Amino acid sequence: MSEMVKMNGLQAINAAMFEAMEADPKVLVLGEDIADREGGGVTGTMRGLSTKFGDHRVCTTPISEQAIIGAAIGVAINGYKPVAEIMLMNFTTVAMDMIFNHAAKLRFMSGGQTSVPLTIRTLTGAGWQTAGQHADHLEGWFAHAAGIKVVCPSNPADYKGLLLSCIQDPDPCLFVETGGTLFVPGEVAVDQGPIPLGKARIVQEGTDVTIISYSTMMLRCQAALAGLAEAGISAELIDLRTISPWDKQAVLDSAAKTGRVVIVHEAVRNFGPGAEIAATINEELYGQLKGPVRRLGGPYSPVPFSKPLEDAFLVTPEQIVEAVKGLMG
Amino acid sequence: MADLKNAPVPDAETLVDIYRRMIRIERNDDAIRKTVRLGRLTMPYYSARGQEVIPSTISALLNKEDQICTIYRGIHDMVAKDMPLRPLWAEIAGRIDGTCKGKGGPMHLTHPESGVMVTTGVVGSSMPIANGLAWAAKLDGSKRVAIAYFGDGASNIGAFHESLNLASLWKLPVIFVCQNNGFAEHTRYENATSVDFISKRAAGYAMPGFTVDGNDPVAMYAAAHTAIARARDGEGPTLLECKTFRFFGHVLGDDDFYMTKEEKAAAMADDPLPKFRAKLIADGHATEDRLAKMQADIEAEIADAQEFGLNSPFPSADELRRDIFAEEIPA
Repeated sequence: MSEMVKMNGLQAINAAMFEAMEADPKVLVLGEDIADREGGGVTGTMRGLSTKFGDHRVCTTPISEQAIIGAAIGVAINGYKPVAEIMLMNFTTVAMDMIFNHAAKLRFMSGGQTSVPLTIRTLTGAGWQTAGQHADHLEGWFAHAAGIKVVCPSNPADYKGLLLSCIQDPDPCLFVETGGTLFVPGEVAVDQGPIPLGKARIVQEGTDVTIISYSTMMLRCQAALAGLAEAGISAELIDLRTISPWDKQAVLDSAAKTGRVVIVHEAVRNFGPGAEIAATINEELYGQLKGPVRRLGGPYSPVPFSKPLEDAFLVTPEQIVEAVKGLMG
Repeated sequence: MADLKNAPVPDAETLVDIYRRMIRIERNDDAIRKTVRLGRLTMPYYSARGQEVIPSTISALLNKEDQICTIYRGIHDMVAKDMPLRPLWAEIAGRIDGTCKGKGGPMHLTHPESGVMVTTGVVGSSMPIANGLAWAAKLDGSKRVAIAYFGDGASNIGAFHESLNLASLWKLPVIFVCQNNGFAEHTRYENATSVDFISKRAAGYAMPGFTVDGNDPVAMYAAAHTAIARARDGEGPTLLECKTFRFFGHVLGDDDFYMTKEEKAAAMADDPLPKFRAKLIADGHATEDRLAKMQADIEAEIADAQEFGLNSPFPSADELRRDIFAEEIPA
């Protein structure tokens, strides 16, 4: 067993960045406010990098999302490994042409002649009363674009290991950080290395129901486990970790075993990642399930400002317990 | 700020080299248009006939390793950059031997060996990416430069402004080359653009901006030489507005209802190609025989490329699973 240290997601990201930049001079960082003179990023995850690695590798940019991703694409085509920070996930919409039409598609559209080993880090999540333009979970948008990987960590060890993998990956990756998970401390191995993309983690084994989640909602699913145990329900909890490509095998194996599935995400339920997962389970395991696959997600609404509304927007551990009980019949 | 007063003048061999690129573009464009009209190529075609001087002059000043990022109306930029014509023809025909295995097509060719790094089908998107190409050149410590080609319409898109600001701020070795053909799709320049000269916008980003006659190789050479030298010397970007005219509308098949017959006829009568050819001979830079032989060689190259491209096999459906990611998607 390697030595464990306690840290939060912010520290884990910072540690991953230091390691990646130390190991490979081709790793660059760009984004708004990321150099030390601007505070090392809006959440401080880039703190210390510009001092250690210099302004030529750690570049604060203007508030110009298209220019940020465009520059990252061009430099990546030439063999660099840029880590571009788009401060908040809603601001990726400003750079959508660069991300969706270019970063994701250039390998395919060039017939494999060029590649874009780019990592886009971004932050989101409701719960901070930032309302409808600062808190959306848009991972489903990006999962719909062939050619970009979408990674959604939920704990410090995954923040570190998955970010290291994104940076090393030969293709563009969107790395989604959430306000709900970044500040929560957890155990991280001192020598925590890359965690493979596209592989889910079984957080708890169980036999009655499979709960699938990622990002902040993982914490709410974990909070629901006690209530389920009290009710005598044996729940298997899966942290998807990567939304695209997602770990079909792990999900289908678990669903086949338990026969009951609840998918929980913060993204709006309509056309959310849960719809794809539920449809796949239905196609692959038709007739083997003990009930319909249930989906819990954000309502069909922008993220609201007012606290009671915002609370109502988010799925609660109680709702997860209720959904599972409903399936148990 | 740079000016063009003391800019160098091209020598005879450079002028002939510019002409060679122009005639290769024009002959190739002519062959594509004929092939489309015969129904042997099915593709949207954005001809750049009439705009040959701009990339021909710039490419005469570039090295093989210099990189360009161009747009859907950009086959002339690629041909000027010496892209081999066989894979070009196979690509526009959607065949496996194309530069991009037929996955990009006429609006999206890529050929890194020729320095054609990205061709975008989205108006305005060449500039942010060209900045990154230039950033890499700077990080590499090389003297490489990047060219962003775009049209007049693209200068009204946010990406233009973000890109010029960043390039100036970071002193990137990039040249923003606006091929101003007077029309953004069907909309006349003055109905879409707030300034009389796009080059004026350079002042807002503290970089030199020049408006030049993009159909005059000598004027183009002066401006391009100045801009490229600035970039190579680490002095940062330049905006070149090159005034020109497209002979075949926005997309092949346009009836050009949005312009008068007279202005189109006048522009076509002022075709830069025969004019430049006559001048090369009159000035004693090349003989009629030399240019005729050059043209015959180019026509043979094009005929061979056309034959090759149109007879190359189509890609198999497996290609839908390849090049999404580095690893093939399982069937």
